[in-house]
Amino acid sequence: MIKAILIFNNHGKPRMSKFYEHYTEDTEQQIIRETFHLVSKRDENVCNFLEGGLLIGGSENKLIYRHYATLYFVFCVDSSESELGILDLIQVFVETLDKCFENVCELDLIFHLDKVHNILAEMVMGGMVLETNMSEIITQVEAQGKMEKSETFVFQCPRQDR
Amino acid sequence: MSDVVEKTLTALPGLFDSQTGAAKITNRLRQLVKSITELTSKHEEENLIKQELCAMKEQVSSPNTSMKQMREIMVRAMYCEMLGYDASFTYIHAIKLAQQGGVLEKRVGYLAVSLFLNEGHELLLLLVNTVLKDLQSTNLIEACMALTVVAQVFPKDMIPAVLPLVEDKLSHPKEIIRRKAVLALYKFYLIAPNQVQHIHGKFRKALSDRDPGVMASSLHIYLQLIRESPDSYKDLTGSFVTILKQVLGGKLPVDFNYHSVPAPWLQIQLLRILSLLGKEDQSTSELMYEVLDESLRRAEMNHNITYAILYECVKAVYTIHPKVELLEKAARCIGNFVLSPKINLKYLGLKALTYVVQHDAKLALQHQMTIIECLDHSDFTIKRETLELLFRITNAQNVTVIVEKMLDFLRGCNDEHTIIHLVGKVSELAEKFAPDNSWFIQTMNCVFSIGGDLLQQDVPNNFLRLLAEGSESKEEDDQLRLYAVESYLTVLKGHTSHLPQCFLQVMSWVLGEYAHLQGSVDRREVIRLLTQLLDQRSVSSETRVWILSALTKIPEGQTDLILHLAERLSSSQDTVLRQQAQELLHLSQDSQLHEWVLPRGAPWDAIEVDSSLSFLDGFVSEALAAGAAPYKPPHQRQEELCEDRALNLEPYSFSLPVSLSSCSITDRQSPTLLSVSSGLSGNSTELSQKAGSSTLILEGVKRVWGKDGYLPQKEATAPLVDEPSAAVQPPVQQEAAERTEPRPELSTRNQDKQQLASSLFVGLGVGSSVSLLGRSEAPPPRFRKKPRPHESSSSGTSEKSSGSSCRSSHHTTDIFLYGSFLEEEPATSKSAFDHTPKSTTANGLSQNKDTKEDKHANTSQIFGGDMVIVRPSTIQDKHPPSESSDLTALLPADLKDLPHSDVISLTSDPSLSLSSCRLFRDEALLLLIFISNCTETVIKDVAVQLTCEELKTASLRGNIVDCLEARSTSVCHYALLMDDPHTNVSFTGTVSYQTQPGHTNTLPFSGTLSTADFIRPLVLTTEEYGKLWLSLSHDVKQNLKLLTDAGDPLRTTLNALKDALQLHVVDIIGSEGIVACRLLSGAPCLLHCRVSGAALVMWLRSPHPALPDCILYHCQRALAHR
Repeated sequence: MIKAILIFNNHGKPRMSKFYEHYTEDTEQQIIRETFHLVSKRDENVCNFLEGGLLIGGSENKLIYRHYATLYFVFCVDSSESELGILDLIQVFVETLDKCFENVCELDLIFHLDKVHNILAEMVMGGMVLETNMSEIITQVEAQGKMEKSETFVFQCPRQDR
Repeated sequence: MSDVVEKTLTALPGLFDSQTGAAKITNRLRQLVKSITELTSKHEEENLIKQELCAMKEQVSSPNTSMKQMREIMVRAMYCEMLGYDASFTYIHAIKLAQQGGVLEKRVGYLAVSLFLNEGHELLLLLVNTVLKDLQSTNLIEACMALTVVAQVFPKDMIPAVLPLVEDKLSHPKEIIRRKAVLALYKFYLIAPNQVQHIHGKFRKALSDRDPGVMASSLHIYLQLIRESPDSYKDLTGSFVTILKQVLGGKLPVDFNYHSVPAPWLQIQLLRILSLLGKEDQSTSELMYEVLDESLRRAEMNHNITYAILYECVKAVYTIHPKVELLEKAARCIGNFVLSPKINLKYLGLKALTYVVQHDAKLALQHQMTIIECLDHSDFTIKRETLELLFRITNAQNVTVIVEKMLDFLRGCNDEHTIIHLVGKVSELAEKFAPDNSWFIQTMNCVFSIGGDLLQQDVPNNFLRLLAEGSESKEEDDQLRLYAVESYLTVLKGHTSHLPQCFLQVMSWVLGEYAHLQGSVDRREVIRLLTQLLDQRSVSSETRVWILSALTKIPEGQTDLILHLAERLSSSQDTVLRQQAQELLHLSQDSQLHEWVLPRGAPWDAIEVDSSLSFLDGFVSEALAAGAAPYKPPHQRQEELCEDRALNLEPYSFSLPVSLSSCSITDRQSPTLLSVSSGLSGNSTELSQKAGSSTLILEGVKRVWGKDGYLPQKEATAPLVDEPSAAVQPPVQQEAAERTEPRPELSTRNQDKQQLASSLFVGLGVGSSVSLLGRSEAPPPRFRKKPRPHESSSSGTSEKSSGSSCRSSHHTTDIFLYGSFLEEEPATSKSAFDHTPKSTTANGLSQNKDTKEDKHANTSQIFGGDMVIVRPSTIQDKHPPSESSDLTALLPADLKDLPHSDVISLTSDPSLSLSSCRLFRDEALLLLIFISNCTETVIKDVAVQLTCEELKTASLRGNIVDCLEARSTSVCHYALLMDDPHTNVSFTGTVSYQTQPGHTNTLPFSGTLSTADFIRPLVLTTEEYGKLWLSLSHDVKQNLKLLTDAGDPLRTTLNALKDALQLHVVDIIGSEGIVACRLLSGAPCLLHCRVSGAALVMWLRSPHPALPDCILYHCQRALAHR
């Protein structure tokens, strides 16, 4: 099971955090800080796996991360997940973001926090991998996006008339 | 803040213009983010966010805020919460948004809810109706959102409300809905397994769904279910194999391909499921050989994800029943992993090796050069994994090198978690394989100074116990102790300020205990060193206490130093220290007293601890006589507290303490009051987990790798290994060297490595050539611990030692157990009739101590330190008495074989004495009352009258005796039934008799019976149990203490309960056990026990409302008093 998904930038600023287990507000912040600390000091040419820190639950859990330009994508998982499988899942996630935002950058994540969460929700549901197929994820997200557009349309047309 | 952000910010206006409406919504957010990025300090950020939150608070409470604005506020709140600021005032608005808004608002509302709230949050209850409505909605998106939120956060108690709707969704025409419904049900299963028991059939339907996506989701459930009980799903093996075959054969739509690999994640899941199914099961394994082979063959493309599949495949091959060809292929795969230049693959290769070496140690031999390179790898994770691997292949020959490597690593490591983990392993290895005393002590010194105060408490405890208990030979023990003393003196002479407290404590204990062994060293020196420590500021007050007790133990002669010290400390601020200083002062002045209090060289376990504090009896009785209130144990005090708060339904009932059934029913909210003791298990979890893991490994090795089977063929294919290791190593090394280091110019470095390799992998070849049983045949640990005397046996000795202490030691228990201040407590009489054989009685305390001790001796001989307590499985197994007291001899012949309790004296007067005995018949409780004539004359017209309102008398016999001869005994039978469970019931009665005609005497008596007397095992099959479980209405759930003193905590605990309460253990599956019993009147009670951490989660169901409470109560007591 996936315990948490964190995205933060090279300075440790959280860009998105999603916890599938309950932690207190303070613990969540501590986990983000600790994870950043662990991950950021690793070289580029080492492996993408880390045995978990104390906070997120002892030796059973591990961190699997990828580093893209300014952002770290970190998945904290328990022993029932395949390491390489998750590594590719991160890739799928990033590619999906890239498709949805057309050349995703750090700012997209900041300004569309809700959208990022919605995309993630189509991939991972309650800590379980729901969908790994990028086109399927995009279809679902777009179905929801359509509503958004139609709404803007409804709201904006009268205003333009005026 | 990052430059990138700022650069992009300048380009923002254009970006947002093109996105029209969206830009307006994120306007405020943009401002917020922009201002945050411009800030330089954390403090400024805090201020800004505070302002922002204030503004938001105003906005949300304003009635003019539109839904759309609200949506925007929510996103801002999410942002603030992510940064770690509290925006809890928005929670209720998030729920409102989900309740009232359109689809878009709902989406943001649900998202905010799932981010802000946790499963236990009370506001979630407000969401339940909305979720219900949306689940029924015809709008796909709404239904999807509802399912998502249900799987993310949903209050456990409300699951029954949505369950039928989610179930319906399993047959929804849209696959995405079906898929989400499956995952939601899986989530329900995880948090409340019993709620979804009835829909296992639907899971099967989902598995055979026409849409592969739905099927894939259902694999999550099956992976979990099969992990819990592989045996129940063996029939599905064929299906899983077929699915995997189809996936491999490319039968899935191309959509499922990822980098042209068909559905890789699905394959991974399937392989995991198959390995669980095939574990230790030859016939099931045979079904999957073919598909595993194909999987190995197909996964040859060079992409990350194919390696993921390969890795799972290899693990599966090594987990299931072995097949030679597959093993060879898998071994080759592992080789590819280990030798891969890709670091991720190397990591997995090492992991695979770590897994495999338990079965096949020579695989590590093949890769020794790579392993050694990995030891010096710059990547922390790789190094750690390599050490893990080395830990698995450690034996007596290579232990020094491996431990040295581990310690090297530890010295350069600053991750707390890794240190704790690894230091534990080092001490385990040191204890197991230490070549000599000096090495052992030195290694442990390193462990203590590196691990320091991070160490789990059991490491120093084990070490000290090892020193104290010693082995069989006293000489060896003394040498070890002597060495420890010498080495500690050296350590203490150096710099001590950096030493961890835990190390100082160990040292002072050892010095105090064994410094006298060292003849050459001046005692003054030892005292001086220890006193020096006391003066250091870095030493904690706990350590000071250790040091002072050590000083107390170092005896005679040095009075001046000690006196000086004691005087100095007697004005200390610390009361404990001051007390110890006083003790020190007195003991040092009175050498006789010193000798008596601290006898030198007394054997470790011969020290008798008077746990009953019997020496205080005089004081207590004086205090009582002076009018002090009698002592009440905490449990009872709490009950009384409970009684005060709850309405007492039986105000004038006979029983003095509160009847539990009444209090727990009226006060159901706080069941914790009754289970204080369940928290007692404390830190023993570590131990049990450790034991669990080691047994697991051995189990795997033994079963899978039997001596017969594939072994001979394996030897034929790899004949090298048959020779002794010295002969084997050079060729293998060369081979490996050629592969990894083809350039000859590096030969000197290479030689170093080879040397290291030969020292690391020594003994492996031998091990594997002798037998692949591997580590299970490792030489016996050097430091063999003496079997630890079991707690109960030591209490047993104190019990026998003196009657008075025994009585007082049981006094508290009795009040506790029987809840009444009877003059003659059952447990007291138990020790009085110490040789009466005992069948299981209600209190669960009566164990036949002698046989238990015997068993201990046996098992400890077999298992060394790991003791397994074997208990008789049923009451019937206990044999009838060999030596019997006079009264049990009077049992009617037809009843003699029944399980029965001890004979308890009820009352007596000069002419008559009454005793009772409980016999557990299947259909009733037989209460036998023995009426003994103590006089030399005949007693006439003896009539017994027994009353008890709560019980029903089914039959009685012998209650009127016309004439009781001198010195004879008559027996009166009562068959009793309990219709309504009460925790304890009291009976009262009178005996009337005539010693002289016309002169009637009466003798009142009373006693207590517990529900446990009226409980009988209910024999059921697991299926019957399942059916019955669902049909029962009244349930109670509670966490109980888990007994962790033996190998399998669940089994031990259940056996203890069974012995105490006459339960029937129906089945034990993994970490769960099901147990059944019935009340005599017929009402069944089912118990479902699950191990969760250090606790046993017990769930009881019964048709009778009060029965679960009663049984739970007795379970708690049975466990608390073991």
